[in-house]
Amino acid sequence: MTAPAATAPPAPRPAHAPRAPARRRGRFGVHLFLSTVSLAFLAPLLLAVYASLRPYEETAAYGYFSLPRHLSFDYYHQAFTDSGMGRYFLNSLLIAVPGVLLTLFLASFVAFAVSRLRIRGGLVLLMLFTAGNLLPQQVIVTPLYVLFNKIPLPYWMSASLTMYDSLWAVIAVQIAFQLGFCVFVLANFMRTLPREILEAAIVDGAGVWAQYRRVTLPLCRPALAALGTLQFTWMYNDFLWGLVFLSDGDKLPVTSALNNLRGQFFTDYNLLAAGSVLVALPTIVVFLLLQRHFIAGLTLGASKG
Amino acid sequence: MPNTRARRAKRPGPRHHTRRDLAVLGVLLGIPILLDLALIWGPTLASVGLSFTTWDGIGAIHWAGLTNYDNLFTTYPQFWPAVRHNLLWLAALGLLAAPFGLLLAVLIDRGVRFSRFYQSTLYMPVVLSLAVVGFIAQLILSRDQGALNAVIGGRNPTDWLGNPGLNIWMVLLAACWRHTGYVMILYLAGLKSVDPGLKEAAALDGASERQAFFRIVLPTLRPVNVIVGVITVIESLRAFDIVYAINKGRNGLELLSVLVTDNIIGEAGRIGFGSAIAVVLLLVSLGFIVTYLVQELRGEERR
Repeated sequence: MTAPAATAPPAPRPAHAPRAPARRRGRFGVHLFLSTVSLAFLAPLLLAVYASLRPYEETAAYGYFSLPRHLSFDYYHQAFTDSGMGRYFLNSLLIAVPGVLLTLFLASFVAFAVSRLRIRGGLVLLMLFTAGNLLPQQVIVTPLYVLFNKIPLPYWMSASLTMYDSLWAVIAVQIAFQLGFCVFVLANFMRTLPREILEAAIVDGAGVWAQYRRVTLPLCRPALAALGTLQFTWMYNDFLWGLVFLSDGDKLPVTSALNNLRGQFFTDYNLLAAGSVLVALPTIVVFLLLQRHFIAGLTLGASKG
Repeated sequence: MPNTRARRAKRPGPRHHTRRDLAVLGVLLGIPILLDLALIWGPTLASVGLSFTTWDGIGAIHWAGLTNYDNLFTTYPQFWPAVRHNLLWLAALGLLAAPFGLLLAVLIDRGVRFSRFYQSTLYMPVVLSLAVVGFIAQLILSRDQGALNAVIGGRNPTDWLGNPGLNIWMVLLAACWRHTGYVMILYLAGLKSVDPGLKEAAALDGASERQAFFRIVLPTLRPVNVIVGVITVIESLRAFDIVYAINKGRNGLELLSVLVTDNIIGEAGRIGFGSAIAVVLLLVSLGFIVTYLVQELRGEERR
């Protein structure tokens, strides 16, 4: 990615001694500006966390920014038990985990075929997938809704006996939709890998599967980690597919379920705050733990080799 | 150039795939292609087809010609407000959030202390689901229980999300909150790959920081600018979750995506009509997608 920049040794920095005082003052201004903006960006989240820890009566009586008299996790407990959020979290995992794994597997093979095998029509394939990912979801929602209603599934796969109102529908759409992004990113990434390794493997008689699995895939580990983190966040955060393709409230992923929670607890905003924080927590944790991968995933898609 | 020619010369002649190779290729290319055609492109074409029919989703499908489009443009009261809101969305993300993200990236890239902290904080909203952003917006902006009115005080609380002249601006603020961090990260990555030698050379030639930025750095960021542009357009056409989480996209928060959803799910069942709205959305976005891909394709050929 940064190969050209890395090969050029950085020129020795010219001394800026005379300009130092002005620069220091500039620095102070920059810090003031950045910390103000950071605080403004964090404020809504902090407020939600603060509200979720206090009883509603207290906020109502003393205002949002008063000092707390009682702090407790009661609302979290309530949101979790009364609304069955555990089940919704499980649904989200049941969608996102197979979704991410299958998407990465299928996309990496397509990317491998397009960028390393030089198959005929590779560029067309790449365009087909990439463009598909850029379409607004609403363009495909209607026919999919009809289609899923027509695909029968046995009872052990779906209680509704159709693909509609089953997690399969959501998983399938997630995979199909996200394939585009992953193929695009991985194809660009694989192009930066040295061809010589692959050619040596071919000389050694490696078949297509070995070229993919043993030669190319291990080199893609950083890109796969980055994409995996990003895809998990996206699939977990998705709102529309669950909303449209599931009618049984028990099957909803947690983001869509929050919508129901709101109806249930309309009067208590502090409870709603707890629900929102709970839903946001997994992605925030993933982000804080895997920040580097997450950001790499986004920028991999944006900066071409 | 000579490099690519040499590479091409090295390319082995017609490759002989064994039967097993062909089977692997067939299955592992076949499944994703099938998925993409069946669940993305097939439905896209079907949407176009359905838009010329009157269909309620159950009965027979009747050809309607351009009736749906005619109704959409002339009599459907929510259509033009929705278009206006989508355009406003584009303007807000493109003219406010994106330049602000660039500014933040440039400041952080200058190597200030705590830059990692700033970076993570500013980026935090991006990992939140848009639905969660919608709920948090409610916590702050709701008329009777919202935090903002609690701060302002006063006897007549403002209905930030209920007043149709006001709510779209509040929602745009929330959308910008998220988009700024996204853009910032993209520019930060782009700025890191700008050859520092270029900036040094400009400084030695006596260029001010501002001149160096606009004449040297910004032009080299062209690929990032293109990406940011594409993302901004796509995001503003796709906008849905925030308004739907707030009030199902009614009362001043209409968007094209909401109108599609309203017409196809729930009791309305106007699938033909909903598809016509989807096709309008499709045509607008295809214009941008094709432009972008053509550009990518040219880059591909240059390799």
